[in-house]
Amino acid sequence: MKGISSKWKWLLLFSCITICFGIYPETRTNAFSSQIIQKGAVGDDVIELQARLQNIGYYKGKIDGAYGWGTYWALRNFQQDFGLPIDGLAGTTTKQKLANASNFNKAWIHEQINKGNEFTYFGGVPIEKQVKAKGNGTGGTATGKAPSKPTTSANLPGGYSQNDIQLMANAVYGEARGEPYTGQVAVAAVILNRVESAAFPNTISGVIFEPGAFTAVADGQIWLTPNERAKEAVVDAINGWDPSGNAEYYFNPDTATSKWIWSREQIKRIGKHIFCK
Amino acid sequence: MIRNIVIALLVVVVAGTAFWGYQEHKEKNAVLINAENTYQRAFHDLSYQVDLLHDKVGSTLAMNSRYSLSPALTDVWRITSEAQSDVGQLPLTLLPFNKTEEFLSKIADFSYKTAVRDLEKEPLDDKEYATLQSLYTQAGDIQGELRKVQYLVLKNNLRWMDVEMALASGKENSDNTIIDGLKTVEKKVSGYGETNEMNPTFTSAQQRDENFKNLQGETITKEEAIATAKNYAHSKSKNLKVNVEENGKGSDYGFYSVSILDKDSDTELNMDLTKKGGYPIWYINNRDVNKTNIDLNQAHTKAEAFLKEHDFSSLELFESAQYDNIALLNFVTSENGVKIYPDSVKVKIALDDGSVIGFSADEYLKSHKTREVGNPNISEKEAKDKINSNVKIMEEGKALITNDIGEEVLCYEFLGTIKDDTYRIFINADTGQEEKVEKLKNSEPVYENLI
Repeated sequence: MKGISSKWKWLLLFSCITICFGIYPETRTNAFSSQIIQKGAVGDDVIELQARLQNIGYYKGKIDGAYGWGTYWALRNFQQDFGLPIDGLAGTTTKQKLANASNFNKAWIHEQINKGNEFTYFGGVPIEKQVKAKGNGTGGTATGKAPSKPTTSANLPGGYSQNDIQLMANAVYGEARGEPYTGQVAVAAVILNRVESAAFPNTISGVIFEPGAFTAVADGQIWLTPNERAKEAVVDAINGWDPSGNAEYYFNPDTATSKWIWSREQIKRIGKHIFCK
Repeated sequence: MIRNIVIALLVVVVAGTAFWGYQEHKEKNAVLINAENTYQRAFHDLSYQVDLLHDKVGSTLAMNSRYSLSPALTDVWRITSEAQSDVGQLPLTLLPFNKTEEFLSKIADFSYKTAVRDLEKEPLDDKEYATLQSLYTQAGDIQGELRKVQYLVLKNNLRWMDVEMALASGKENSDNTIIDGLKTVEKKVSGYGETNEMNPTFTSAQQRDENFKNLQGETITKEEAIATAKNYAHSKSKNLKVNVEENGKGSDYGFYSVSILDKDSDTELNMDLTKKGGYPIWYINNRDVNKTNIDLNQAHTKAEAFLKEHDFSSLELFESAQYDNIALLNFVTSENGVKIYPDSVKVKIALDDGSVIGFSADEYLKSHKTREVGNPNISEKEAKDKINSNVKIMEEGKALITNDIGEEVLCYEFLGTIKDDTYRIFINADTGQEEKVEKLKNSEPVYENLI
């Protein structure tokens, strides 16, 4: 019995190895995961898409793992040249054709991204010549710590930078960190409503730092480090969620010092805050 | 001996404390003066800008030719923006400066719109001339009041910080010259407010408040609101805590706020519905999403199914974006191949299980109506010829957009590139005018990784 079972083991191992070898060339052409990549996506598949498009000369931009306009036009040009339907979607056929036409050195590209190097991946040029390592001063630390995100670019809601969002998240966190999520989105929405209103400054920083406008700014709580939830609330508000019902003011009835605020007509209450016109 | 040492030690401690205290006091004063100076600068700057504004508006009254009028109005526009920025730096706790800001923004709107217009073809009409004249008088009034306050501030050496501190400590009996003076300014301005003979299209802020006036349907009851919200929540749990509230009287439109707390999963759905017709304005069903199991394209399919289920028809995906483990999809109405940009609906999908965790139809409900999308006057070829020849056109279509002055216009939409940048260009399909040119944003590098 024992003899047979060990024979079986060998057979199993052998067949495993054969399958692995057999599959290997397959995985090279099926390198992408099964997803249909569309504009706005982020992640490893996008890195691969960009690298492959760059490898055959369609994509000139940075390989950053965020499917933006540059990638979109590159993919459409590729689809046109290869007789595919031109839709900017990387589906099964497109991915197959692209994988057949190009090379992709996954390990090398991810290494460059992790190190934070500036690099390109054009075909026909030795890859060593396409890397510009980061300055000496910071290169060491970059290899030491793994980047927090696989991609080096982020999608952002129209017209706002990461720093704007951070600043608003600071204000939202300082003002409403104990509030329900909806209340945080509402506070962010009030900031945006003020930016659009004729009666307030026209920039985010102008509204936030208007003297006396927010207590969190006056007492320094705005400089607490906001959590991801506050940031998400800000992004929601920028993307068009306004739980406040177009409010331009809000206050906490338990702590409000100004009598004047009670004269505003109220719209609704979320958590501890009352939102007013 | 020990006594002497103790005494010596105490002396050192007392001297040290005194020195430290003095240092702190000095620092505090330095900070206070710094803040005070910022306020003073903003205030004196403001009265200077209003002075300048008055003069400039005055000189435009005497101008006739386009060559001098356009630059002068542009200058007025610039000065109002400076003045607005000064107002924004004054302490808001002292008094609401809203009316003054609104007045400034009205002048800004008026001057901008007239400055960019081709005054050769379309000179100022009588009404606009009258508007300009009334703006001139009003600017003069404000200038006078501000000058008065400024004189008192300088003469009595008044400090904004004193006023602010007195207010903070609840004592309002200190010298109120600043507050009273500025209140007079504010009152003067609010007096003009409604009686202004300004064309309603000049006030851009008022336009947004369309308040769902196009909605059809009967007013719903609280129970109906709850039923609709439950329909969206899809919760199978029996252990629900439902709460519904009406809007306060400050709202421009009637709505119900429904919250449904699912005690089993400890998730809460919040939703606002219009009273008229019971349309969902937005809903948020937020939770932490820590994994990505489905891709953006699948999220797109899920969102489409969701919209179909809730009777939002003829919508087409306009933009999609992935933020970590969340997908945001923006849909717009599409009518006979014309994209209606003001009608936008946003759906937020969790990429772990594909559930809808957010939805906003705010803009859609405000602008959606049965429209007569007319036929274009000019051909696509003609429109294309209007585009800067450096732009390489990649995609074309038709779209309805809201232009600068808030009118809905039918346009040809072109997507094109110059080098690495992508542009969206709208050419008016009736007049051939370039309505809007946007440079589309690429994703931004994550700075954390750049340092």
